[in-house]
Amino acid sequence: MTANATPRRLELRILRGTPMAPSPPQFESYFVEEAEGMTLFLALNEIRSQQAPSLQFDFVCRAGICGSCGMVIDGRPGLACRTLTRDHGSVITLAPLPVFEWLGDLSVNTGKWMRGMAERLETWIHTTGDPDRLSLEAPMEPAEAEAIYELDRCIECGCCVAGCGTARMREDFVGAIGLNKIARFRLDPRDERSDEDFFALIGDDDGVFGCMTLLGCHDVCPKGLPLQTQIAFLRRKMAAQALK
Amino acid sequence: MDQTVVRAGLPQAVPQASDIPREKLPARRAGRSRWPARLDLLQSASGLFLALFLVAHMFFVSSILISHEAFYTVARFFEGVYFLGKPYPWLVSCVVGGVLTILVLHAWLAMRKFPANFRQYRTFANHRRSLRHRDTGLWWIQLWTGFALFFLTTAHLYGMLSQPELIGPFESADRIWTGNLWPLYLLLLLTVEIHGSIGLYRLALKWGWLEGRDPAASRRRLRWAKTGMSVFFISLGLVTLLAYVQLGIAHADRAGERYVPAASTSSAD
Repeated sequence: MTANATPRRLELRILRGTPMAPSPPQFESYFVEEAEGMTLFLALNEIRSQQAPSLQFDFVCRAGICGSCGMVIDGRPGLACRTLTRDHGSVITLAPLPVFEWLGDLSVNTGKWMRGMAERLETWIHTTGDPDRLSLEAPMEPAEAEAIYELDRCIECGCCVAGCGTARMREDFVGAIGLNKIARFRLDPRDERSDEDFFALIGDDDGVFGCMTLLGCHDVCPKGLPLQTQIAFLRRKMAAQALK
Repeated sequence: MDQTVVRAGLPQAVPQASDIPREKLPARRAGRSRWPARLDLLQSASGLFLALFLVAHMFFVSSILISHEAFYTVARFFEGVYFLGKPYPWLVSCVVGGVLTILVLHAWLAMRKFPANFRQYRTFANHRRSLRHRDTGLWWIQLWTGFALFFLTTAHLYGMLSQPELIGPFESADRIWTGNLWPLYLLLLLTVEIHGSIGLYRLALKWGWLEGRDPAASRRRLRWAKTGMSVFFISLGLVTLLAYVQLGIAHADRAGERYVPAASTSSAD
């Protein structure tokens, strides 16, 4: 949009409703004037402050770091704060992320799902020793730390789960985020678990062998995590483990 | 950095590894079945075998484009005539039986991933429509072409299994034209080539083959290879099918007559 051009009048079709409401959720349209560099987050904020004070949507950081503002934008999961309205048509359809517990309007409880996944996959460092918490940790090779950090960039926004056809069909599937967590802890030298231990967590059709390589997860991840390569890597490792 | 400060900043509820009793660690759990992994491997291995067989099969049947004699030679080769001195059509039946067994195994393994009920079917169909994502759509195409292939391939393979001696330039052309099997072969060609090339593409992504240093670029190349493979083999198959149809039309008034190579005819004379 150039400075002299007439700003577009955007129509945001938002799925409104709450789980307890007697009527089913339905799309309601709101109109905003597009501003230079406007994100969906800004548009939603404007709608909430001027047109629909009861509109529910989640946000914290407004910078693609907290992962709170995940929603389905014109059919694809994404972050409202990282989505520029100029990349979309003048009618933008918004819906809450599927799979997760719906709280109302565009707000979902990703935390509950993430917590369940973390407990199920035991996504913390497992060690048999009793490290001294008051002393400095043992140093790690920079390349090793960078490889871990690359996978640790996940913000648990839930977009990969919502973009995964397998997760949509099969609610017990751990999703790309779960597999990414396992790949991350497998890299961590402080985690003493072996591939046999990881196989016990993801070596079935709810884990890595349930993945149908649709790659929706990889393609919608707002952080650009290498989910395609990590899942393939884990599949090879877990298959090798199964053949032992 | 003052470790006391770091420690004080941690919420007390965050579990530390040492807080977890040893007996709760998942280490050395041996109870997990190996079968899901084995079935996944078998699905990939059977799919790879069938795709490679398909490639070889297409080159064998398209030898008719070289000459009748060339296809006759290929057909007799698989009957063992060049190793055993005379043709044994049951050898072809054995190969077809083996392929059919692997096909049924592959179909059974692939069915594990099909939507198991209407709710799953509707969920996936809506998801695919809404997401408009290429690879999700490719899987959907594979599902439907795979479903069609249950019927199309078994019909074709049963014919080869039960009448292996009727594979030859005139015999095959008569079956296709006079036997009215050309619509089945046309459908089979389109579905199997699309299914096979998508299958190989997805297989490479699934196991991380040919990733190289740039997986995104590699994926783009694989996508081109997939499309190229589909286009090449569908084109080759259509030209080949047309050749059989033309031969079948020309041979329709003598349908049922076996092909006798020119060398045999001249030696008999």
